[in-house]
Amino acid sequence: MPVDRSRLPEVEPDPPFRFPRVARHTLANGLDVRTVEHYTVPVVACALLVQGGAGADPPGAEGLAALTADMLDEGTGDLSAIDVSEGFARVGAEYDVDVGPDGAQFGLTVLARFLEPSLSLLADTVVHPSLRAADFERVRKLRLDRLRQLKDQPPAVAERTFLRLLYGAHPYGHLPIGTERALGGCRLERVAEFHAAVFRPARATLVLAGPLPHERLVHVAEAAFAQWTGGAADEGWRAGDIDPAHAPPRIAVVPRAGAAQSELRIGHLSATRTTPDYPALLVMNALLGGQFVSRLNLRLREEKGYTYGARTGFDWRKRLGPFAMQASVDTAATAESIRDTLAELAAIGDDRPPSDEEMALARASLTRGYPRSFETAPQVARGVAQLALFDLPDSYFEEFVPKIMAVERADVVRAARRYVDPGRAVTLVVGDHAVIGESLVALGLGEPQLVPATDSASGTE
Amino acid sequence: MDPVALPFEKRALANGLDVIVHEDHHVPIVAVNIWYHVGSKNERPGQTGFAHLFEHLMFEGSAHHDSGYFPPLQRAGGVLNGSTNADRTNYWEVVPTSAIDLALWLESDRMGYLLPALTEQRFQTQRDVVLNERRQNYENRPYGLAVMAIMMALYPEDHPYHWMTIGAADDLRAMRLEDVQSFFRTYYHPANASLALAGDIDRARAFELAERYFGELPAGARPAPVRAAAAIDREVRLMLEDRVELPRIYMAWHSPAMFADDDAEMDLLADLLANGKTSRLYRTLVYERRIALDVSAYQNSRELSGFFLLVATAAPGQHPADLAALIDVALQEVSDEGPSEAEMERALAQAEAHFMYRLQTVGGFGGKSDQLNAYNVFRGDPGFFAADLGRYRAATRDSVREAARRVLQADRRVALSVVPRGQPALALAGSEPVSVS
Repeated sequence: MPVDRSRLPEVEPDPPFRFPRVARHTLANGLDVRTVEHYTVPVVACALLVQGGAGADPPGAEGLAALTADMLDEGTGDLSAIDVSEGFARVGAEYDVDVGPDGAQFGLTVLARFLEPSLSLLADTVVHPSLRAADFERVRKLRLDRLRQLKDQPPAVAERTFLRLLYGAHPYGHLPIGTERALGGCRLERVAEFHAAVFRPARATLVLAGPLPHERLVHVAEAAFAQWTGGAADEGWRAGDIDPAHAPPRIAVVPRAGAAQSELRIGHLSATRTTPDYPALLVMNALLGGQFVSRLNLRLREEKGYTYGARTGFDWRKRLGPFAMQASVDTAATAESIRDTLAELAAIGDDRPPSDEEMALARASLTRGYPRSFETAPQVARGVAQLALFDLPDSYFEEFVPKIMAVERADVVRAARRYVDPGRAVTLVVGDHAVIGESLVALGLGEPQLVPATDSASGTE
Repeated sequence: MDPVALPFEKRALANGLDVIVHEDHHVPIVAVNIWYHVGSKNERPGQTGFAHLFEHLMFEGSAHHDSGYFPPLQRAGGVLNGSTNADRTNYWEVVPTSAIDLALWLESDRMGYLLPALTEQRFQTQRDVVLNERRQNYENRPYGLAVMAIMMALYPEDHPYHWMTIGAADDLRAMRLEDVQSFFRTYYHPANASLALAGDIDRARAFELAERYFGELPAGARPAPVRAAAAIDREVRLMLEDRVELPRIYMAWHSPAMFADDDAEMDLLADLLANGKTSRLYRTLVYERRIALDVSAYQNSRELSGFFLLVATAAPGQHPADLAALIDVALQEVSDEGPSEAEMERALAQAEAHFMYRLQTVGGFGGKSDQLNAYNVFRGDPGFFAADLGRYRAATRDSVREAARRVLQADRRVALSVVPRGQPALALAGSEPVSVS
């Protein structure tokens, strides 16, 4: 039978899918252990989440959380940094660290047959890091040099400056890597203090996902982490309230003479991860700029060719996080790209609410492909760790699809009006000021504030 | 059965299209993956950037679906992308099992019926998008033009690896729609393509669907293979001034082609020299002497020939010449003595683990469907997975030492210093300034 090319084939109903079942256990020392049986290849993924990220950096010690996390695999007991690295490498285990605003996550991917020794080594580094002075000096210096290198990278400069503009002096206002001044003055005692206060079992969650029964996974977790002692989680070492009086400029420029493109960030503080409007915000973001087929990408890339890609997104945090557009655009199209973006941010809650077609596309793209997020053990482990970070229920995965499907157009419009406001958006440009300066003034957002690409002068207070 | 395995079945349609199927029913998704055996090495000087710009146009519509390819697939919960390199162009979708017909309908429509939908306006817009991609990833990125300078020095002007896949900006601007149309006719047809389906689909149905959607497309002529040779008989020292804070040194050598003798050995050497804290150069340059911020190495295996690249960034106040001197000592040592027994054990354990990790996903870049196509297109055998791992298992201290001795010669390489603007004294002595844009 020849193919009917007069129309696209129908897509059949979604196949049934069983989401991972999360089992919870609490070890005697208070460590929250969550396990998922994931039977595919003989690989186990571990994720250890510790509550307390860059948002817990004390004033003047910006970068402390990330520096501490980086120090853990620099040695434990008699083992040097090289020995630890060798311990993972000789069984082919992959170790990584990710420090965010609210937590630090240590990931380990390993062949199932090497799970015990690898997890024990991870536990040793987390519980009893050596924190030697020579290693500290080397790591601190490497991070300072890394910070210096970031000044060459427009996306990093934009990210760093944008957070500073939005949050001012609040600890969310710096990247986890911190600032030159703080890292320059940081001492090893601060790291030891941060480790003692934050790296406690009562503040941590260990997730194991792999092709083993729950009991076995828990047993391995217990054998590795029973050695971890520490008092109850104190309430400190977390991001505090955000100053509502902090008023960022409407438009700012980090000059970069001769830049081939302008790196843009346009947005403002918007929502927390735990808002009940979360499903409506996901749908809104999907159709506004969260995926390839979205208003902003279609306009700036597919219609006008100004950029290789434009997108919007929420930077989800425990406290208020930004909603922002980001893109790298042709220098000549800078002002026009900003104008188009602000127009799109305004239109969705106003004169151009989502069409039926847009609603259907956004809901379907978020839900129909959802099982894809549970294909590998590392995906599952990370997903469960996110639930722990934001204190979301184990039923979250199963409830996701029905909650998204229940979002109506009116919910999206209401969410857009409440959470997206071009009138208070900060527009940041990292680009060739001499070329685009006049066109930016003509946007009517006021005289752009000039910000150097160094941290000491990028504050607004 | 060896658990590190990638079972499959392969059949060819009458029009020459290879179809490869791998079943994996863990998650209700199917990966569709198509390779066309064409890349920037099929371009000619003055027409560079062609293969990649063409890839962009494949997402803009085809005769029977005359609008973008993203909306129908996203609406079905699918994800999709494509990429181009010197040797091949790939396209993939990962869709819920229920949308497999949709994905195959679309892939077959753009393989068979692209040209009627290819308008001047779509062409112009995507050219602008690609020029912006070039600005974002090369021109406006620190050290972004370094590899371009190296390729120009490593390969002669008429060698197809002389230019990078993104192409020259002037060539992109000079390109015409007619050129694009003739490119499609030459390279985009079943006889120059390979289709892999992996995931929640049974074999019989997969072959039936492949026949149904692709069987009607006419076979084209298989393009003649590209042949070119390159060698270098001295050390070429170059210097590139860039908007960077810290100088960086790049060393590049001609190395074995993909899957050729010594290719796996060079891959192991890259790990041994510069991958992770346990590697020799990390230990020396970053951990002990602290004169470098980072060091990395990789064996870039390609169809005609490979190149081995070693990169190190100087710590503030350090001169690249001091890094180069220590790197040369390490290269000499490994060429003289080869790796230790412990290094070989570690390297093999990592290779074993990484081959297993590669079996975790059915689709996307590097997923099982992509690997099956890689082996099929470059080896004519999708079942090369086991033999590929076997190459690493067969490597010995002697074979790695011999490979190092043959390839990593100090007087047959390109050494590029990328230095902050206005500081040419930070380059290796005798470096020739180059300009790339």
